[in-house]
Amino acid sequence: MDFAYTSEQESLRDSVKRFVEREFDWEERFRIIRSTEGVAAGHWAIFAELGWLGAGLSEAAGGFGGGAIENALIAEELGRGLVTEPFIAHVVATQLLAAIGGDVVADLIAGLVMGEKRIVPALQEPVGRGDWRLIETKAEGHVLNGVKSLVEGGATAEQLIVSAQDGDSTSLYLVDLQTAGVTRTIYRTLDNRRVADVRLDNVSGTLLASGPEADAAINRAVEHGIVALCGEALGVMDTALWTTRDYLKVRKQFGTAIGNFQALQHRMADMLIETEMARSILFHLLGAMADGDDDARAAAISAAKTQASSGGIFVGSQAIQLHGGIGVTEELNISHHYRRLYVIARQFGDVELHLARFAESVDRLV
Amino acid sequence: MQSFYSEEEKAFRAEVRAFVETHLPPELAQQGLHDYHPRREDQSRWVRILAQKGWSVPHWPTAYGGPGWSGVQRFIFEDEMRRAHAPTADRIGTELVAPVLYTFASEEQRQKYLPAIRNGDTFWAQGFSEPGSGSDLSSLRTRAVRDGDHYVVSGQKTWTTEGHHGDMIFMLVRTNSEVKPQAGISALLIDLNSPGITRRPIWTIDEGLTVNEFFFDEVRVPTENLVGEEGAGWSYAKFLLNNERTNSAEVPHTKRDIAQLRAIAQIEPKNGRPLIEDAGFRARLARIEIDTMALETAVLRALTADSHDGGSVASLVKVRGSELRQRVADLADEALGDRGLAICLNPEGEHRMFDDGLTSPVADYGIGIAAKAMFRRATTIYGGANEIQRTLIAKTVLEL
Repeated sequence: MDFAYTSEQESLRDSVKRFVEREFDWEERFRIIRSTEGVAAGHWAIFAELGWLGAGLSEAAGGFGGGAIENALIAEELGRGLVTEPFIAHVVATQLLAAIGGDVVADLIAGLVMGEKRIVPALQEPVGRGDWRLIETKAEGHVLNGVKSLVEGGATAEQLIVSAQDGDSTSLYLVDLQTAGVTRTIYRTLDNRRVADVRLDNVSGTLLASGPEADAAINRAVEHGIVALCGEALGVMDTALWTTRDYLKVRKQFGTAIGNFQALQHRMADMLIETEMARSILFHLLGAMADGDDDARAAAISAAKTQASSGGIFVGSQAIQLHGGIGVTEELNISHHYRRLYVIARQFGDVELHLARFAESVDRLV
Repeated sequence: MQSFYSEEEKAFRAEVRAFVETHLPPELAQQGLHDYHPRREDQSRWVRILAQKGWSVPHWPTAYGGPGWSGVQRFIFEDEMRRAHAPTADRIGTELVAPVLYTFASEEQRQKYLPAIRNGDTFWAQGFSEPGSGSDLSSLRTRAVRDGDHYVVSGQKTWTTEGHHGDMIFMLVRTNSEVKPQAGISALLIDLNSPGITRRPIWTIDEGLTVNEFFFDEVRVPTENLVGEEGAGWSYAKFLLNNERTNSAEVPHTKRDIAQLRAIAQIEPKNGRPLIEDAGFRARLARIEIDTMALETAVLRALTADSHDGGSVASLVKVRGSELRQRVADLADEALGDRGLAICLNPEGEHRMFDDGLTSPVADYGIGIAAKAMFRRATTIYGGANEIQRTLIAKTVLEL
């Protein structure tokens, strides 16, 4: 049993950490989130240049030979800086394409890894309330009709990978956002990311996969997305935790640092426990991703997502509470940590969804 | 105890409801649907209507224009106001400052300030917290130095709720630093238009404006604006804060939020059925309703008790009430599904921190819900953080 990262993985982590320190300090982040795009021009090219866009993809699929661990590491460090780039969407898009395979797809992956193409998944629909498996978008003769919601990176994307119902089976289509019949509504989520809702009215798409192949690709890609999201949640939680610890050592009330009050010490201890459980269950998940058992992996995914969601909300909200009034302000980072954790808790399914999914997976295992 | 509410109390509720139905302008009720902070002109308009009826200051003594209601009547009144989405009054003025004025201020001060509060003409702010003095309020450092018939005030106040609407501020200042902290504090009434005062908005997690910072640079305040005695400000502040805690259970507001949540859950679908039919959702809603029922009864018990218990009941209903306000807001936001994660700017356009120029996907019934869920993180902090309240309960009730 080995919980250590390889030296390559450590240097990958360091490179993301340096980027966050150099390019995404707090004032710079404010400028970025108040800009029209919500991301900085040139950052995505840096992601590509430093190899992060292919780090979590096998060589066979056109990546640099890594996998879920690399994606989780990158996301964790991005989470520390509350970076607003749509990295999770990128993970899902590349894994979707990798699972589909073929020559057309290889070109798309190459473009994504180089940062030259912007393709993001549009799997979720308002009716699903975070459940990517509920698909009401209809495909008939490669013509699509439906609504996709909370498309991360949808503001900057050129193309979407859209899931649709084609008769009784699922299919995946590549849709150009410039195609007639596509209506994109861009808005901000609570964590200051620009996302899009996309309405498809008789839009023609290019079929990428259908039937069991499409289902398997979606399942696999969302699992990779959840792994990265759990990594990101860990980075946000850990940062909120230690930022709060530092504040408790300097904030004085009643003639002493408030970190000397036992009630606050116990709260911080609980925050640390939640964070460490999120870290440990992520390790469990990373192990399960490498194993072949579908049900064990599904259970681990839902277990990790549950802990990231509920632990994240606890740590984020208590970080605010322990900061007091200043924690509720826009200008202090701690309210932004909470907002990101709040959104993460609902992405790819909330606690309720994953508790049910966990229970179903375990039923099949025992 | 025969029935929860007496026949008289039921009749009183019917009377209030009938009055609101006929007198609350529909556009004001419409504004209240989204539960953003009401606009000052809307508040004044409604308070004037209530004042004509003699209902604008429910808890004031009749000598100063109060209606002479019992505690339970006041609760029923507030319950009906929330139910109808009526604009709130200037709560700092009517609920917090006025009781201090009619209890401790001079007759001249009462005559000067109380009628304008009662009629919705003058709005108040409270200047208590400072950057270095939050939970430990008595360490406050804003100084007031006597200079002839004026005090000269310098310092900084923060978390000034609705200070952007304020005409006057009820300030705690340090007039003596030679004595122990509590004994050197005095209460001053300061005109916010005085030279030397600057205001900075503090934008909060909901991108909204509720609280402000005020900077005082040698502001000259007539000595006649001192409340009661110099050095007695701490006791007036404790009196005021006790009133704040009793009110901060905010049961009528939570009941209004539950009604709104139920309405959302009847519209939003889950698995092809209205969310309200989902077992998991129902269980969580039921738990919130049960806790609200218990809290409402606890508040009514406190309101009917003869003796003042020194604030321990106030502390426990504040703790439970503030946590409930967070839970109901979070569940309402969850009920909105994907839309609950979207930022939507106040459609009334008032006090926007930043206009992103984007189009919100949120339907009308969901506007304001996410912002409320975010801002409610503050309820367990303001009005005395819940950690402080729990310590008070341990000391005063449990005698630990």
